Amino acid sequence: MARGSVWLKRAVTGACVALLVVILGGCSFFGGGPQSVNHPAGSNMQTIWNLFVPIFWMSVVVFAIVQGVLLYSVIKFRRKPGSPEPHPTHGNTKLEITWTIIPALILAVITVPTIATVTDFAKKPDTGITVQVVGHQWWWEFDYPGQQVVDADEMHVPIGVPVYVELRSNDVIHSFWIPKLAGKQDVVPNQHNHLWFTANEIGTFRGQCAEFCGEQHANMAFTVVVQSQADYDAWLAHNRAPAVNIPSSNDLATKGQQVFFTAGCVGCHTINGMEVNGVKALGQVGPNLTHVGSRTAIAGEVLPLTQENLAKWVHNPQAVKPGTLMPNLGLTQDQANQVAAFLESLK
Amino acid sequence: MAQVTTTQQGAQYRRSTIWEWITTVDHKKIGILYLFTSLFFFLIGGILAMLIRTQLIVPDNTFLGPATYNEVFTMHGTIMIFLAVMPLNAAFFNFLVPLQIGARDVAFPRLNAFSYWAFLFGGLLILSSFLFGAAPNAGWFGYANLTTLTYSPGLNVDFWIFGLQILGIASVASALNFFVTIINMRAPGMRMMRMPVFTWMTLVTSVLLMLAIPSLTIGLVELTFDRYFGTLFFEPSAGASVVLWQHLFWIFGHPEVYIMVLPPFGMISEILPTFSRKPLFGYPFVVYSGIAIGFLSFGVWAHHMFAVGLGPVANSVFATTTMLIAIPTGVKIFNWLGTLWGGSIVIKTPLLFAAGFIGMFTIGGISGVMHASVPVDYWQTDSYFVVAHFHYVLFGGSLMAILGGIYYWYPKMFGRMLNDKLGQIHFWTVLIAFNMTFFPMHFLGIDGMPRRIYTYPDGMGWNFWNKEESIGAYILGLSMLLFAYNFIKSLRSGEIAPADPWDARTLEWSIPSPPPAYNFAVVPTVTSRDEFWEMKYGSNEQSTAQKTNLNPTAEDERHIHLPPPSYYPLVAAGGLLAMGAGMVMHGDGMAVSWYIFGAGILVLTFGLFGWSFEPNH
Repeated sequence: MARGSVWLKRAVTGACVALLVVILGGCSFFGGGPQSVNHPAGSNMQTIWNLFVPIFWMSVVVFAIVQGVLLYSVIKFRRKPGSPEPHPTHGNTKLEITWTIIPALILAVITVPTIATVTDFAKKPDTGITVQVVGHQWWWEFDYPGQQVVDADEMHVPIGVPVYVELRSNDVIHSFWIPKLAGKQDVVPNQHNHLWFTANEIGTFRGQCAEFCGEQHANMAFTVVVQSQADYDAWLAHNRAPAVNIPSSNDLATKGQQVFFTAGCVGCHTINGMEVNGVKALGQVGPNLTHVGSRTAIAGEVLPLTQENLAKWVHNPQAVKPGTLMPNLGLTQDQANQVAAFLESLK
Repeated sequence: MAQVTTTQQGAQYRRSTIWEWITTVDHKKIGILYLFTSLFFFLIGGILAMLIRTQLIVPDNTFLGPATYNEVFTMHGTIMIFLAVMPLNAAFFNFLVPLQIGARDVAFPRLNAFSYWAFLFGGLLILSSFLFGAAPNAGWFGYANLTTLTYSPGLNVDFWIFGLQILGIASVASALNFFVTIINMRAPGMRMMRMPVFTWMTLVTSVLLMLAIPSLTIGLVELTFDRYFGTLFFEPSAGASVVLWQHLFWIFGHPEVYIMVLPPFGMISEILPTFSRKPLFGYPFVVYSGIAIGFLSFGVWAHHMFAVGLGPVANSVFATTTMLIAIPTGVKIFNWLGTLWGGSIVIKTPLLFAAGFIGMFTIGGISGVMHASVPVDYWQTDSYFVVAHFHYVLFGGSLMAILGGIYYWYPKMFGRMLNDKLGQIHFWTVLIAFNMTFFPMHFLGIDGMPRRIYTYPDGMGWNFWNKEESIGAYILGLSMLLFAYNFIKSLRSGEIAPADPWDARTLEWSIPSPPPAYNFAVVPTVTSRDEFWEMKYGSNEQSTAQKTNLNPTAEDERHIHLPPPSYYPLVAAGGLLAMGAGMVMHGDGMAVSWYIFGAGILVLTFGLFGWSFEPNH
């Protein structure tokens, strides 16, 4: 008997230590990635994390009790030679009512802040900026209402100011998610969803579509750039301006401009304020390219934006991103290089 | 003496010709057909899982392209849910329920055969899509409007629609059958509150199936009309709300979770008392909490839709109902622990799987409560955190219990024991590899990895755990091969099983292994819960007196009337298959499609007529 219980104590202690090691060890094995939620940089995700942490510790307690009793029972009450027949207990009403009520209370404790937070998230903040986000297969469009700025795959917001995000879909259901700043909200055709957050750290944060939306769902990422108010204002001013003139000294880019305006690119893309031989780029299907050269990535963040990658992309989009809706226009490698130089110069 | 009977029975099974299996209406044979078929589908689903893990083992992998990956993950989910876990449960309904309630067969034996054939054909129709390079690719949930012709022009979605429709017919027919069987065919004295818990959970599951499947059927019909006849149920430009699909799907989809997990709850409630040598702790609490889960399961569907934008009121209501459903689930777990407590626990493979089930299902239940908190769900939904959650529920939960159930009832089904040593190795490797594969998915959820992505870039902090998970998945796959080896080898050379190898408590153990075609030579009169235990050890005279009646005499056998075999159920199900195949062909614009569809209607009608006018004796 004594020997048995010592063995049991050791087993239980060992299990507790192992559990702590796993939890703490786990903590050092995750977090710190570009989309890790455990060090939030926005109010919305901070609130969620603050709600999660106590729920997590309650879960650990419940987990430890259930697994503890389970292991204890299976070890302690296992059949040994000469074990007596167990007493045929059919139940214990008081005990059963107790373990119905205690979980009910725990759940009630979780429900109250849950509902309070849900209500809080649904309110529109009184101040701040509004950004209209449009989900497309498979890229993101960012409109700044009243600012005449339209951007793709890169969202700029000022620090410390509530950002009210209006979500629209152009095709199927997507889900807008910037893990470090906010929880997700689906982007549903014919439905006006929104969410809001206040960024509280300057930097760039990766976001990604979180609802399966077809072949290239995996490559529908974007970057959120959190800036000081001054930098943000400067960015708006820069992006409001029409496209830069291509200096004639830049021979490659000038040729690329000719290709761009004759090969069919303008059917899908807009470049504000540019006209070549009476043709304007006013297409609404693909991303607005007025200042594409100032962005960091292309095609839903499949590739970093470099002249070389742009050339690869316009030469054969399907090879870069199979299934993309951008057609192969049959550009020669030279033409692709010229278009890439042109796009790259659209700072 | 008992052993002689058993070998004779075993020989009788082996003499069965293919024709006997095709025309059988014996619930035990149908149960075995379900078991083999769903294990075969489970193998395919498992191979697809290996492909998924191989694609994700390193960043920027090109093993599978995006189009193939989307087909593979869609088919993995569809197969595991509709063609593996659900029919594995059905295998146990078929084999066990009549035995547990002291009946000679189900209420509608030919309808039962029809359910099986429709299930097989529906599964084959979906799987045949691989041959045409058009496997379903819009996710097992098939959210509109991605599934409309505009965004899914191929046959992929058509295979999915008509495969699921045929499977739905099979499920509803089967559910109706078991509902009527349990209500009407119980042996004298088998009151509701004396029924084994597995039978209870089958009853609740049958009700869920009958009420939940129609919602999916309606959604699929609307989608069919959109794709084939130009209606606009899911066309946003015509003002449609695509969220309609999600409501229809999840009103089916959440009860579906309990359809998959309640029968395993029942299995656990049979295994634990047997191996603890104690009655189930708090039988009424376990039964009533099962019924409560059944009711509540229809009021929680929108917790799959917290991020859809239903508004704060709807989200709060569904958060509350979801918290509520956690209570009866928790009650069950505590009652199972109460059953183990103070028992005399025999450590055999079924018990290990049952204990593993409690441990793993608890983890899935706890993370489920986390998602019930709406703001937390805004983070966790559609991330790998959720992938971890439902694999703890469906693999750590349902499948662990089903494996335990197979080890437990295999002797009754086949008259031979599974090798217990191999079984224990199987259990420990499953437990370790399962946790290696799925626990770190919680970490990936915290690191912001979304679901259903065919690749991910380097530098996201996801590389290590993805690689580790893939290794875990391979070990899990190998462990399942060990199980397959044990399963197949024991069919021929396993130790001969006595009628009651585990010293168990319920009626199915009172008859030979495998049972004779008529199950009970003399229909027992039930006087208590755990009737067979009472027969063996009880003080009740009526119960103990019956024990002597269990072995049949030639005289008894001659008077037992059994339903005759019939091939009409197969014919009728074949008609359904032709109708489904015709519809898919029409999606491809083939001129012959309507003729095949029409021929399917004729064959179905012929099958049903033949069935109706077939002499019953």
